[in-house]
Amino acid sequence: MTAGPGRPDQGVFDVAVIGAGIVGAAIARELSGCDVSVALLEARDDVGDGTSKANTAILHTGFDARPGTLESRLVARGHHLLNAYAEATGIPVEHTGAVLVAWNDEELRALPGLKDKAEANGYGLCRVIGPEEVYRDLPDLAEGVLGGLTVPGESIICTWTTNLALATDARQRGTTLLLNHRVTAVEQGEGTTTLHTSAGDVRARWTVNAAGLGADRIDRLFGHDRFTVTPRRGELLVFDKLARPLADRIVLPVPTSRGKGVLIAPTVYGNVMLGPTAEDLTDRTDTATSEDGYEFLLAKGERLMPCLTAEEVTAGYAGLRAATDHPDYLIEADPHRRYLLAGGIRSTGLSAGLAIAEHARALLEEAGLALTARDDLPDPPRMPNIGEAFPRPYQDAGLIARDPAYGTIVCFCERVTEGEIRDACHAPVPARSLEGLRRRTRAMNGRCQGSLCGATVAALRERHHAHDVCSSRPKDRP
Amino acid sequence: MTQPPLITPDVLVIGGGPAGLTAATELARLGAGHVLVVDREETAGGIPRHSDHTGYGLRDLRRVMSGPAYARHLVRQATRAGAEIRTRTMVTGWAGDRTVDITGPEGRRQIRARCVVLATGARERPRAARRIPGDRPQGVYTTGLLQNLVHLHHRPVGERAVIVGAEPVSWSAAVTLRAAGCTPALMISRYPKAESHAALTAAGRALLRVPVATRTRITRVLGKGRCQAVEIEHLDTGRRRTVACDTVVFTGDWVPDHELARTAGITLDPGTLGPLTDTALRTSRPGVFAAGNLLHPVDTADVAALDGRHVARHVMAHLNGGGQPAGGVRLLADAPFRWVAPQILRPGDPAPPRGRLLLWTEEFVRFPVVTVRQDGRILTRRTLARPAAPGRVFRVPFGLLRGVSATAGPVHIGLD
Repeated sequence: MTAGPGRPDQGVFDVAVIGAGIVGAAIARELSGCDVSVALLEARDDVGDGTSKANTAILHTGFDARPGTLESRLVARGHHLLNAYAEATGIPVEHTGAVLVAWNDEELRALPGLKDKAEANGYGLCRVIGPEEVYRDLPDLAEGVLGGLTVPGESIICTWTTNLALATDARQRGTTLLLNHRVTAVEQGEGTTTLHTSAGDVRARWTVNAAGLGADRIDRLFGHDRFTVTPRRGELLVFDKLARPLADRIVLPVPTSRGKGVLIAPTVYGNVMLGPTAEDLTDRTDTATSEDGYEFLLAKGERLMPCLTAEEVTAGYAGLRAATDHPDYLIEADPHRRYLLAGGIRSTGLSAGLAIAEHARALLEEAGLALTARDDLPDPPRMPNIGEAFPRPYQDAGLIARDPAYGTIVCFCERVTEGEIRDACHAPVPARSLEGLRRRTRAMNGRCQGSLCGATVAALRERHHAHDVCSSRPKDRP
Repeated sequence: MTQPPLITPDVLVIGGGPAGLTAATELARLGAGHVLVVDREETAGGIPRHSDHTGYGLRDLRRVMSGPAYARHLVRQATRAGAEIRTRTMVTGWAGDRTVDITGPEGRRQIRARCVVLATGARERPRAARRIPGDRPQGVYTTGLLQNLVHLHHRPVGERAVIVGAEPVSWSAAVTLRAAGCTPALMISRYPKAESHAALTAAGRALLRVPVATRTRITRVLGKGRCQAVEIEHLDTGRRRTVACDTVVFTGDWVPDHELARTAGITLDPGTLGPLTDTALRTSRPGVFAAGNLLHPVDTADVAALDGRHVARHVMAHLNGGGQPAGGVRLLADAPFRWVAPQILRPGDPAPPRGRLLLWTEEFVRFPVVTVRQDGRILTRRTLARPAAPGRVFRVPFGLLRGVSATAGPVHIGLD
């Protein structure tokens, strides 16, 4: 193998990044912007299939972070970076703004402090408002609102497209994406680290650990013992699109001594989301929803916005956050082992991802990795739009005229066309499973949950069976 | 942006199932002019297309045939009558009172019609809409998806299935599972007896040998990757157990596909969740009618088809200058009924389709004594021969409403 932009030199990569979630993909993309070869290793068969796929999909300003922390700084910076990146790549974002709603005296009294905290975090646009103004913006809230705090910069974003854009961008810049590569052991050699994986060895000079829920395990393979990940399950309910007029902005709870509470948020797909719960688990794969979770959320929803819970539920799911015993992000370089940890990245990692990547790059450079920016970078990818705020292919007369596949709607609930399914199967980071297709196109994610289109989508996926260098065997059927 | 090309039929029928196709046939025969049916599927015909068993066509065609044959027959009949059918064409929204946006392989278009018939049908609530927690494995279907996979796509399903529900559609799912080589191991029903008509249940039990767990609900789906089991609970004892299965079919629990009606701002009935209609099947928007299982989720295909025949006459009257009548009284369903359709009785209006009111019961009543009350007075009390059973429509002769005043208070229909 010859050395060149992004190619490993004699089978040894300059950097191996473990974990192709938002953080890992962002770091691989950042490093591939320099003159180094990068491998992005993912244990699962798709990018963004762990903590990154199931969060509340809010692009945070960082107004409520703990001032002075790394998290505060990186979320604030990441918010700006991701807004710009979304604009450049077509990641669906809607600047809906948010309102923290106070329902009791304790919450009402907390609002001015939260405004001060936002300012300490560098966010100066919050305003304390009275109940009339809250109801003007959110007339369907239950009775009993005492006041609110506006956070106009909070936005909703498509977390799936974000992850895909970053991974696609990394690949276009030369990153080698290695799916189904679960790291099982680490061997440190003179100048080279060998990562033993479920799909063979990968050798690299430097290693970045962005393994999310598995970051503590990988960290121990490198000889450290500094933190433990506790999977914190968050269950969410997604309501029918017909409920969307009820919530045109994010309704945030006021954080109190009893935790962060439950939010109501519109989604970029045109639904309304209620959640999350917060429950510490030991099983790092348990993404089941629970009876208690549903009951809790529906009771909360009933108190916040009774007409919302009267609507049909489109989906219920659970995500696992990589909570740790550490109060801040844990991003540290270990020059001796040529190793960098990006751990303890909670749900804010979606907002902070691009800033984390910048920060990681600086730390690696400081630790001795030579990183020269390239001047021959390809343009960032233009991602297929799956958001409701922007024209979708089924609405685009010119596109359909050029290619009638965009005029054939396959998934009726979500209005996904045959052309989009075909494209997702042949994309630079293609869909290999029906789950992967769901995240790339929204197919089967609607109110009928694939009852009408599931068989057709499965047939299309087989017809457009993906072949690419990082492809694995398609594994599922409907 | 340029305006998309405009199509201007006299009548637009949205949905090419039994109701929509029969409405189109009848309208074309009555001389309605250009009658256009749009259907989002590749082939028109609706749900019968993938219901590969016999029993279709009895009431509307006076003969019995299989679902796919029935669907083909209705398509042929509409085409021969002169109606135009456009498939793979989906109405994506409203651009005016009787103007819609459509997408199809020919492109983006608008259709502005003098009259619109909504015949979008109903769907079964999938697992998520029933708020059943647990894992999200493969092998979880609705009857619709199961039949689509097995009959249209010839795909394998699992080996051992639990069927949620025990109504006619559930037995249809059992037949499909058997045909696909999958054993229906258990049916569960929250009712004290299987919802289906006694005769069907007995025959079904004998033929299909599926045990039915009554007074039982599903509480959890288990399995990573492929479904492994479901957890079920007895409603009276609260006792729970898991039943091993690699396939779960959620049947029944119908909800009308009312998105277009709702986004148009058409008044919905809180019981059916379909458009509120009078006996001529007019909705609250002048010139917009509705027919089929969108109005009564769900009755049999032939009953839906006869809605189509019924609505055609009233669409004709509207095309010929008949206005939107006002007034009338509301028909309300009292417990144990969940809904009644249609819901408005106006002076001078016709009897409803087939001369029957359709109701949905929450309880099994062997000898139902139907009462009709208005302003606190019982106008009619009559024992009907057929039991009222959950999971299928209970039909009440319209004659029972004789004596109702179309200018007094709401009419309550209940059981003694």
